[in-house]
Amino acid sequence: MGMAITHSIASGMGGVRTAGDLVGRMQMTRGMKIREAKEYVAGKLRVSVADLSDPVTMAEVRGDLDLGRIRSIPKFSKGIDAKFRIAELLGIEINCVKLFKQRVGRGF
Amino acid sequence: MGDGYLTDMTESELKKDLENGTLDAATKGRIPSLSEDELRHLFEIFSNPSRFVSVEPGNEVILSFDGGTHKIYRLGVNTGRIHNFQLMERAIGADTMETGHLDYCFKAAKTLIFEEQQELEQALLVTMLPIFYGAMPNLGVYSQPDGPFPNPAELLPQGKIKEARAAQEETVEMAVRDMVSVATSLYEVGADGINFDTTGAAGDPDFLATLRATRILKEKYPQMCIELGMSSEFVLGMHGELEFDGVRLAGLYPQDQMKLAEKAGVTIFGPAINSVTNKSCAWNVARAVTFVKPCVERGRIPVHANMGMGVGGTPVAEYPPADAVSRASKAMAEITRLDGL
Repeated sequence: MGMAITHSIASGMGGVRTAGDLVGRMQMTRGMKIREAKEYVAGKLRVSVADLSDPVTMAEVRGDLDLGRIRSIPKFSKGIDAKFRIAELLGIEINCVKLFKQRVGRGF
Repeated sequence: MGDGYLTDMTESELKKDLENGTLDAATKGRIPSLSEDELRHLFEIFSNPSRFVSVEPGNEVILSFDGGTHKIYRLGVNTGRIHNFQLMERAIGADTMETGHLDYCFKAAKTLIFEEQQELEQALLVTMLPIFYGAMPNLGVYSQPDGPFPNPAELLPQGKIKEARAAQEETVEMAVRDMVSVATSLYEVGADGINFDTTGAAGDPDFLATLRATRILKEKYPQMCIELGMSSEFVLGMHGELEFDGVRLAGLYPQDQMKLAEKAGVTIFGPAINSVTNKSCAWNVARAVTFVKPCVERGRIPVHANMGMGVGGTPVAEYPPADAVSRASKAMAEITRLDGL
């Protein structure tokens, strides 16, 4: 665990605290390299690339767009419902979201 | 040091170790050594007196994990995998996360696949970050007495080379079936990606099985994200004559491993450069960075270098010190300009 925490602080993007999960999704779904993935996400969020790693700015952006945040806030998206919004915003297919839609039988 | 013990070095000793580390990788891998500027950057990282260093703003990269959710309950902390996902997402700030069977190999996961599906499906409902299902190909567990096939490690010392190779070839077939079966089952309940971790640990048959499984899965599910992390910088020729798409696997170094991974359909490639315990961390990091840099420059797919204990310049120690790990982390991100760790 010590190594995971060290890497996270030394060179990680910060995950849901910032936009790390979103940039990671672009690498995973489109095979984008880091620079392209960051530029793509920044464009979709209408922020600068530098903002993507700023937890203060990203907390506001994620709150405004309701993309899920570190804190589980009542009445706001979290878990699978946040991923519905992330898939829509980034224009990507998220596997579990697709399967969830199939299970509830709605086209969305 | 590469074994985690603290050591003092003069400036000239540090410079010499950095130069020797990059030279070792360049000679073995037949790749360029680091430039003067890059060596200077490494020198600044290692001569920084702070306990902890980090990348400059803007140089952050994506973190993927091997056995991520295991790491908490392996400490003896009584949590389950779903709790661990939430802790890694909300407390650690992980960019992605991974789960897998505690034994961490596809053969073991296959027998408990229902429980693996059940827990992953529930985890996906309560988390936001991308989730991999990961395991090792681990072809060693298919050999007697643990598995059905004759053990090459027993046959080879007896001079039974033909028999050892035949056993390895049969093992490849069964391992491919297990990897495809388990990956399919987890992808069909919602996994964002599959992580073939510590690939090549049993040599060239291990690497071949993983490349074949990747190709089958990508033909079946073109959207599936597959991360292939290696076990070492050099593919051991335990068989010696195995090929993938006409390329002999034994003896491949990272930049050539990556080319085959790309051809097979891998989405993210993870080179693993082994740490040498009796050399300094500076030597190990210079060497690791030199090996990884050509993968980033020549690859079309994202590169996430393995930076866990004993690889990527991190020390071989039960509790790798943060001063060493943070220096390796910063050096790898800023010198290779890779996509993740």
